[in-house]
Amino acid sequence: MDGAGTATLSAVALTRRFGKRVALSDVSFELARGELTAIIGPNGAGKTTLLSILAGALPPTDGEVRLSEPQRPRGRDPGRRGLPRGSVGWVPQQPALYSKLSVAENLRLFARLESLADPEAAVARMLEQTGLADRHGDQVGKLSGGNQQRVNIAIGLLSEPTVLLLDEPSSSLDPRQRARLWEFIAELAKLGTSVLYSTHDVHEAQQHADRVLALEDGRLVFAGSPAEMDWDY
Amino acid sequence: MRWLLLKDLRILRRSPLLVGMLVLYPAVIGALIGFAVSNPTAKPKVAIYTGVPIGHSVVTLGGQKIDVSRYAQELYASITPIMTSSPAQAVADVRSGEALAALIIPSDTVKQIQSLIATGEGNPIVRVVLNDRNPLERDLVQQALQTRVNAVQTAISSQLLKTIAADLQLVLTGGKISFLGHSLDLLGLRNTRTIVQGAVTSLPAGSSLAPALGQVVRFANVAIDGLALAAPEITSVGTPLTIDQTELSGKTTPTASYAIAIAAVVLLMFVTLLLASGMLALERSENAYRRLIGLLRPSQLLAEKVVLATLCALVLTVAMSAILSAFVAIDWSRFGLWVLALGFGGLAFASLGVAVGALARDVSVASLLAFMISLPIAFIALVPATAVSGGLATALNVISFLFPFRAALQAVSNAFNGIAPGIGLPLLHLVGLTLVFAVLARAALTRFADR
Repeated sequence: MDGAGTATLSAVALTRRFGKRVALSDVSFELARGELTAIIGPNGAGKTTLLSILAGALPPTDGEVRLSEPQRPRGRDPGRRGLPRGSVGWVPQQPALYSKLSVAENLRLFARLESLADPEAAVARMLEQTGLADRHGDQVGKLSGGNQQRVNIAIGLLSEPTVLLLDEPSSSLDPRQRARLWEFIAELAKLGTSVLYSTHDVHEAQQHADRVLALEDGRLVFAGSPAEMDWDY
Repeated sequence: MRWLLLKDLRILRRSPLLVGMLVLYPAVIGALIGFAVSNPTAKPKVAIYTGVPIGHSVVTLGGQKIDVSRYAQELYASITPIMTSSPAQAVADVRSGEALAALIIPSDTVKQIQSLIATGEGNPIVRVVLNDRNPLERDLVQQALQTRVNAVQTAISSQLLKTIAADLQLVLTGGKISFLGHSLDLLGLRNTRTIVQGAVTSLPAGSSLAPALGQVVRFANVAIDGLALAAPEITSVGTPLTIDQTELSGKTTPTASYAIAIAAVVLLMFVTLLLASGMLALERSENAYRRLIGLLRPSQLLAEKVVLATLCALVLTVAMSAILSAFVAIDWSRFGLWVLALGFGGLAFASLGVAVGALARDVSVASLLAFMISLPIAFIALVPATAVSGGLATALNVISFLFPFRAALQAVSNAFNGIAPGIGLPLLHLVGLTLVFAVLARAALTRFADR
């Protein structure tokens, strides 16, 4: 793992309130380069809120997100609420895709919105990388759930981000598709991408994560290796 | 923003049923509303019974003749007459709904008019029976009948006064009159005065007749002066009412082009509201909003939807106006103003649309909400100010002011016809509404992505 141990992203005392409800409370951690990190916790623990804040899709009420990787030369404007555009790839739980557009059109649109230097090259690369080249002209709405998730992940990876955030990426996939997904994610981590994913499945955390973050009622209650985790808890 | 716009156009192109409905429905509704509001109503059916025999409809007044049947022909031009054989049949037609009203002219009507003119005694009565099942239709037919009855009355009174004035002139100056088939010379007051004055001067001095004849001369002087002044005034009463009509706007709006303006604004409203609200809500329904908002500002997303909806609606409304102009004359030299008025109207409606979309957050709810808002604001804005009174009128005016329909209609109508006071104020109003709804939409976006 080239450069493992270097922090690529730091979450500093992140807090998010929705009215009186505290969804996330004083959460701090760092992601190392090439590290695979799992966030686990029951429903409503704050996993999606945390990922949304890290992705820049939701502003924190308090705290901040720091990116320590050098910014790659991409967009003209700062993206995602101040985070350098392209440094964080985000794959939401539900595929964030336009069902009336084809696979390639979806990729092309987000490549252009990311202001990538060569959108067509990025699209071709992601089609190849996700094995969707032969389906590039198919409307996304007509794809299977697994293939839609692949397109969803491909969009998150378009800008070759240093940090990839995945919100329950395997939830809609069958076992075979899951296996292929984790192979793919492991390959990304080997290439130096820091991957942070949320999951309900403790086996996925145990099997695939280098580190585990456990959230409960918006608070970070555990941060360590899967071996250190009290899984009975 | 350009890529989002192209993406939305591509999505619309791949939704032909949705786009077809989006275009056809408002176009048909708009045209129907426009022509229904502005088209002249059809001629009401009126059952007519006249007891006056053919050839006996002439009233003689002095040397003049008035043919009352001429006014009946004018009445028939403004109604659809159903000739009946009896008063009872005429009333039965009204009862059955065959006719909206019955006009019953008794056989002695002309005789009564003649007597009234000749002797001052007479009571000509025309009976009108109205069907009161539909108040609007009743008012319509009542208005048509009243107009024609008034025309007959005016004609007779005018003729009567002209005759009186001519007779007074004869009394004043003298002349020939016809009486019982004989032509007679009438001396007249002026001639009488001349003769009496001549007689007074030829009397011997101290004649006891001189004071009495002097009184006759002074009376003749006063009578001549008075009648000379009165005769022209009496003649002028022959046309008792002069209508000085003033159009406040200097020109009247041609009815047909106003109908097109209404149709265009209805189309503009539906397309912009439904497109802007639906396409914004679609971003959330497709789960793309959170991803997009990391790549661009919320205000950019709103602006894109407003521009998309306005452009699409503008193209459609201009096309519809062009098609309708084949049937109705529109001033094409004002095309630039059309686009300006439709564009500003579109921006205001689209801004309202994104506010609706941001509040509704779901495509089906946004579409339903946009639809529910559209029809009332159009109908409220189309209610004439004189149709209601008091607090209700104020309330309707306030509602119309808060939504873009009335201002857009004023701007488009003025742009079509070039009617004062121009389109400046309505455009300013539309700009204000655009900003207000944009602020509302931006505020609603803060909770747009929440589940």
